[in-house]
This record gives sequence, structure tokens and C-alpha cells, in this order.
Amino acid sequence: MKRRLELWLAISVFVLLLAACGGGGEQPTETTESKPTESGAPAGPVTTVDPATAATLTGKVSFDGEKPKPRQIRMDAEASCASLHKEPVYAEEVVLNDDKTLQHVFVYVKEGLGDKTFATPSETVVLDQKGCVYTPHMIGVQVGQTVKILNSDPTTHNIHPVPANNREWNTSMSPGGSPLERTFPREEVMIPVKCNVHPWMKSYIGVLKHPFFAVTGKGGTFEIKGLPPGEYTIEAWHEKLGATTQKVTLAAKDSKAIDFTLKAAS
Amino acid sequence: MQPRVELPTQNRALHGFAVFMVGCTFLLIIAGALVTGNEAGLAVPDWPLSYGSLMPPMIGGIFYEHGHRMVASFVGLMTIVLAIWVWKRDDRPFVRRLGWIALAVVVTQGILGGITVLFFLPAPISVLHACLAQAFLCIVGSLALLTSHNWRHGPRHAANDLKGVSMRRLSVCATACVYGQLILGAALRHAKAGLFWHVLGAFVVALLVTWTVARVYKYYAHLSSLFRPAIVLGILMAAQLSLGVGSYLVRLASREDVQPGVAMVAVTTAHVATGAAVLVACLLLTLQCRRWLAPAETQLQLTSVPQGATS
Repeated sequence: MKRRLELWLAISVFVLLLAACGGGGEQPTETTESKPTESGAPAGPVTTVDPATAATLTGKVSFDGEKPKPRQIRMDAEASCASLHKEPVYAEEVVLNDDKTLQHVFVYVKEGLGDKTFATPSETVVLDQKGCVYTPHMIGVQVGQTVKILNSDPTTHNIHPVPANNREWNTSMSPGGSPLERTFPREEVMIPVKCNVHPWMKSYIGVLKHPFFAVTGKGGTFEIKGLPPGEYTIEAWHEKLGATTQKVTLAAKDSKAIDFTLKAAS
Repeated sequence: MQPRVELPTQNRALHGFAVFMVGCTFLLIIAGALVTGNEAGLAVPDWPLSYGSLMPPMIGGIFYEHGHRMVASFVGLMTIVLAIWVWKRDDRPFVRRLGWIALAVVVTQGILGGITVLFFLPAPISVLHACLAQAFLCIVGSLALLTSHNWRHGPRHAANDLKGVSMRRLSVCATACVYGQLILGAALRHAKAGLFWHVLGAFVVALLVTWTVARVYKYYAHLSSLFRPAIVLGILMAAQLSLGVGSYLVRLASREDVQPGVAMVAVTTAHVATGAAVLVACLLLTLQCRRWLAPAETQLQLTSVPQGATS
């Protein structure tokens, strides 16, 4: 009797194991969940800024300190990635221009807009996986705005945002696969994005309720247009150098320039 | 020298298979450590299949994650064989139960691995997954010892335990502390927490293990069943302490790296693997102490009482 019981136990475990191994496990979709299910649509009445009174904020972000040595990415672990580059590829963590201004700094209105809500743009923002790096390295989107993710590489990637305030997801993208469209329903500065297949691949997405943000480029400059007059706290955020803020008051039709300086980490 | 009793071929084969399982499990722990070291835990987003198939492209982090799954699947299947084999061939109820416990643990371990993937590496589950792996190694290690010739058919006791601090108890205490230290190590590795406690644990474990090994060396050098694992344990412990310091230094040096470096992965993986080896060596020594040493309260009249064994 006892032996029979043990035999049935063994058979049950084996069948369970088989079911687990051979079970459904659908192939991760590459194009699904494109609709903003957790709707990023504005909750209240949408604010429209009168172009006649709109102000503009410009400026640049500089680096203070000894220029950090660029760190080379080792792509030799995967031939298909290494073959895409003739020159060495460096991490885009601290990218300095010749005049010591910084690229990849997210500058945005942190405070001052109160409860104003803004329409979600219909344009999609593209984040490409090209040459086994994310292009661009940093993007900003509004809550509910679609991010279109491409895989232009001849290899498989997985795209994996690691948010603190939004839902985490991790999706594989095979070479030549369809683009993936996703939205983020909650404000968050910043969401790190990584590829676990290629651990050097890192990117950042800033998600805001409003359209007043910019990412510094080759000149280390930024421009935020169409701001309603008011008193604002502006933050410049960098993935390695941290963040710094400044207060600025903008009158109607103002065009002001503010500069930020980020210091090398001690 | 303890007497060696010849057993039927089928029992020797079972013991050999259990030893083989210990080796496979050790490789599985190394494969798991390589996944963590290479930050490849989520390189395969789906589970139980990998990219919807049994064999995804083995590139980058997928190589480590799917490689770990392949070794784990093999160990899982072999554990079914081991459990059935033990159930069929071994007449000791607790050994037969241990075979089924091994199977239950490996199935649980597989499910925990799946949860870590589907829920993006929640730290408590990752720590549990790491600790259960060590527990599984202990179970198959115990099965290998329990099915060995000398364990089954040697004399009841070969020597008396020490009075005062009993070897039977000291070795249990050392094994428990080693396992506790592995839990602290897993917490440090997966939850990035508790460096101080892990370092403190290293001192405690080093002290207990050294004491245990020294006492075996002093009092039971003539008992190969105790002496051999004790010497192996001592060597492994020294290596593990060096690897611990090495892991800390290499982590410190690579904390700003763009990607996991070869040196960092190699040293930290060796630290995890040697930790597992220390645990299983300590456990086997504990079992051997309980097998061969007569409890102090029931001292036996043995023909050859070890020198100082009653001190």
C-alpha cells in the first residue's frame, strides 16, 4: 500500500515536471501592449499656452572638474555587435564637448506648473538599438506619449526599463522584428533602461506631465519653448554627476538664459 | 584504518550516481553564479521556455541564463532518477525520504528561478533561490555519503567523542554557521545589503571551522573518515577567506565599470563556488562525526580509543 502511494507520488511529480517544461510559454511578443492601457491622458482640463505670452528658456550645462577618461565598451563577447564598429566604442555616461559642456543632461521644469495639465503629444519618440547601443542615449516623453522602440541590429536584444514609479517590463526584440510601442502612465525622472543580453547597453527615459524639458546635445545647450509666464524651479539631471536646480522667473514673452554647472563626483 | 566492506554492484552504482549528482549540482551553482556575475538574470525574459523555444540564440547574457537553465533541467531530471533509484534500492526509510525531499527541493528551486525571471529578480526570492541551491547541494551530498560503502556497513562507532565541547555538536554548530554565512553572502550579492554582517560572519565561521579542523587533526588523525574531510575543509576555508577579500577588492575596483569584467566575474564566482564547497565539506564532516564518534554520554569500550579522545 505504502509502495503504491509512493509510486503514484513519483508519477504525479514527473507529470507535473513535464507539464511545466512543455507548457505554453508563449514567445515574448515584440509588438504588443502598444496602447496606453493605464492611460496617460490628462485628468483635468488641458492647459493651452497663449503663443503671444509664451516664454523661452535657453542655456547650457558645463562640467567642472578633471575630464574623466572615456571608458571603452568591450563588445568582443558578441561578434555580431563587435562587427558593427570599426572604431572603439565608449560608454556615453559622461560625454564632454570640447568646451567642457555636457551632453545627455535632462533639463526640465521641476516645479512651478502647479496642477496644470497638458495635452499628450501624438508624435512618437523613437529609441533605437543600433550598433548594440541605445540611440539616443537619453530621451524625454510626456506621460502617455508613445515611445517607439526599434531594433536595427542583426542580433537579439531585450529592452528592460527599471522604473521606480511605473510598471517594470522586460521584452525581447529579435533582429528585424516589428517595433515595440510603449507608454509610461506616471511621471518619473529618470527611468533607467538596460539590455540584459548586452550589459553595457544603458539608456534613460524622463517622463513628465508637461512638455517643458530638453536633453543637451553636442553643444551642451538646451532650449525649452512655450512656457507660460511664472516662477519655476529648473533641474538639470545627469546619470553620473547628479542633479542641480535653479529658480527662474519668466514674464510674458521672456527669453532668458540660465547655465548649469555639474561637478565631477568626488 | 576502517574496514572497507564490499557491496553489491548496484549499490556501488547508486553511490557513484549520487557522487555524480554532487558534481552536477556544484556545476549548477557555478552556472548560477555566472548568471549573477554577468548581470544576465533577465537576459531571457520568459520562463519556462527561453525566447519561446528550447534553444534560443546563445549570445551575450542569454548564454549564461539559458546555460544555467539547461544545467538546471539536467539536474532536475537526474534528481528524478536519483529519487526513484534510492526509493527502489535503499532499505533505510530516512534515506528514501531524503531522495524525495531532494526532488521536492529541486522542483521548488526551478519554480523560484521562474519567479525571479517573471517578477524581475525580487531580492528576497533571489536570496531564497541562492540559499535553496546550497541546501540542495547538502541533500545530494548527504545522499552520496549515506549510500557509501563504509557508512552502510562499517562498525557502529570507531571512536569516542570528546568530553566537554563535543565534536558531534561543534561540527553541527560550524555547519549551521557556514550556512548562515552563505545566507548573508546571498543577501549581499542579490540585495546589496549587509556587508558588515557578512564580514563579521566570516570571522565567526573561520574561527569555528578552524577549531573544528584543529580538533580533528589533534584527536582523530587516525580516522580517515574524519581526517580527510577536515583537511579538505581547512584548505577550502583558507581559499574562501582569500576569495572573500579578493571579491571585495575586485568589486571595489570595478564599481564604475561599464559592464561586468572578467576578473570580477571570475573571483566572485569562485567565491560562491568555494562557499558551497565549504558548506558541503563541513556538512559531510558533521555527518561523519555523528556516524563514527560515540556520544560522550555513552562512551563505549572501544578497542582503540584515540589518544586524548576522553580528555
